[in-house]
Amino acid sequence: MIAFVVRRALLVVPTVLVVATCVFLLLRFAPGDPAVAILGDFATREAVEALRAKMGLNQPLWRQYVDFIGRLAQGDLGSSLVTGAPVSAQVARALPHTIALTLAGMVIGLVAGLPLGILSALRRNTLMDYLSRTISLAGLSVPGFYVGILLMLLFGVHWKIFPVVGAGNPGDLGDVLRHLFLPALSLGLLMMAYVTRSARSAMLNVLQEDFLRTARAKGLAEVAVLSRHALRNALVPTISVVSVYVIVLIGSSVMTEIVFSRPGLGKLMVDATQRRDYTTIQSVMVVYAAIVAIVNAVVDVVYGFIDPRVRYD
Amino acid sequence: MRTRGRTWATFTKNKSALLGGCTAVLVALVTILAPFIAPHDPFAMDARNYLASPGGRHPLGTDRYGRDTLSRILWGGRVSLAVGLSAVGIGMCLGTSLGLIAGYRGGLLDLAIMRGVDVLLSFPGLITGLMVMAILGPGLVKLIVTIGIVLTPRFARVAYGPTLVLRERDFVAAARSIGSRGSRIVICHLLPNILGEVLVMGTLWTGTAIIYEASLSFIGLGISPPTPTWGNMIKDGVQFVTFSPWLSIFPGLAILITVLSLNMLGDGIRDVTDPKLQV
Repeated sequence: MIAFVVRRALLVVPTVLVVATCVFLLLRFAPGDPAVAILGDFATREAVEALRAKMGLNQPLWRQYVDFIGRLAQGDLGSSLVTGAPVSAQVARALPHTIALTLAGMVIGLVAGLPLGILSALRRNTLMDYLSRTISLAGLSVPGFYVGILLMLLFGVHWKIFPVVGAGNPGDLGDVLRHLFLPALSLGLLMMAYVTRSARSAMLNVLQEDFLRTARAKGLAEVAVLSRHALRNALVPTISVVSVYVIVLIGSSVMTEIVFSRPGLGKLMVDATQRRDYTTIQSVMVVYAAIVAIVNAVVDVVYGFIDPRVRYD
Repeated sequence: MRTRGRTWATFTKNKSALLGGCTAVLVALVTILAPFIAPHDPFAMDARNYLASPGGRHPLGTDRYGRDTLSRILWGGRVSLAVGLSAVGIGMCLGTSLGLIAGYRGGLLDLAIMRGVDVLLSFPGLITGLMVMAILGPGLVKLIVTIGIVLTPRFARVAYGPTLVLRERDFVAAARSIGSRGSRIVICHLLPNILGEVLVMGTLWTGTAIIYEASLSFIGLGISPPTPTWGNMIKDGVQFVTFSPWLSIFPGLAILITVLSLNMLGDGIRDVTDPKLQV
């Protein structure tokens, strides 16, 4: 098991390296000169040359690449092209907001989605099943940010129960939680849709299994059949599907942060794209790659714990 | 012929698939016919009638320049649907080819293609799209290509699995033994067998592509005003969300109806074509 964990952890590095390389090449081979893009078409030749030198664009490509990767290896994400502030500090400020949001969304999605999906499978083709299927299909069919806007309208503008802008005063836990509620709920509803669907289909598959008939035949109480035999086996495929959607959730958190102006990683990234701050874009992408690679590794390891067959492939 | 009849019967018995299919056709028709049925010119401004509430001459109200929301939704739908369908077309062609080639040829090429696909798949599509659009800048063609590229690895995965199984089958060996070239085997023998599954996923992912378009346009990296799309209409409306919430609500509903119908249709076709699920 330890060997499996170590091997999986080591795989994070090449994944991040591949993404960093793609991002680097994409930025270098993008049409147009980044320096001109930043300064505008009317900039003087001297100004453009000065900026190119500052950005290191005058050096040969391999040199730029080696420099970039070398600094990354030391944990240096460079400094913003626009403000000159170190990107690492900005990322460190933004990261907790994004992590809190994604985790809260995941918890809401699991807590609401698992029971709904399981009940839906147990009461197949009843009103309750149709309702939960309709809700989850609608959840999959709507952009996450739209759900955010609707929640904002309902709870923030109409009823004025929850704040809708920012992340709250960092010293005041109650304030932070109140600011977290609506964004987390909007991500959570999205997650709930995924979880309900996968839990329902996993449960339906298990319910057809022969071992349930055996369990009933030997006179086991229905509650025990369902909880000990059906539920446990349904959870394994559900977790594997859910883990895929955690990645989707990280993507959706970008939009949620924009709607609710939460100062997280997504907002940092989108603000950087609007200011054509290429070094920040590049670094935030690498940070996202690292997060995604780490989440994938953790999911694989957790999955290895739950289902021992996975470890040996 | 009998199989086809039975398939059609199963499909029409599946009410939600039928409803989804009809709605999708209706949405397509309404947007295609936008020039004839839209009550107003989507770009015509009416300075005295800005931010009008729904009702009267403007059934869904007007935006801050007094442009008719219903007409803009109808015209915007043309753009959103065109982006969705073209992006899926690109992703489907590229991805299916890659999956077929990797699956059929195997070896190093397989390893290289599918490892790349796995890395891309492990990344949230929205963030990849955001990154590429940030570098390329907004624009219709750029957006279509970007979303197409984001969808490519997904199609490659769908095509790859069945190809691995199919290439071991007797009919492929038979084709090879009569001297068919690899390209002929892939196009004439393997492709028809995986096309059904690819098309089902294409239906479902057209919805995904429409959501990507909306999200990227909402951030301001997709299609810029004044061309209406459902995404940039929501973005425009959000600034007035306190007094004119319908400006964002209606285009969002258009997305919901369209993507929901595509999902119902796609799920329905999958139920029909996948014999395992016909219990």
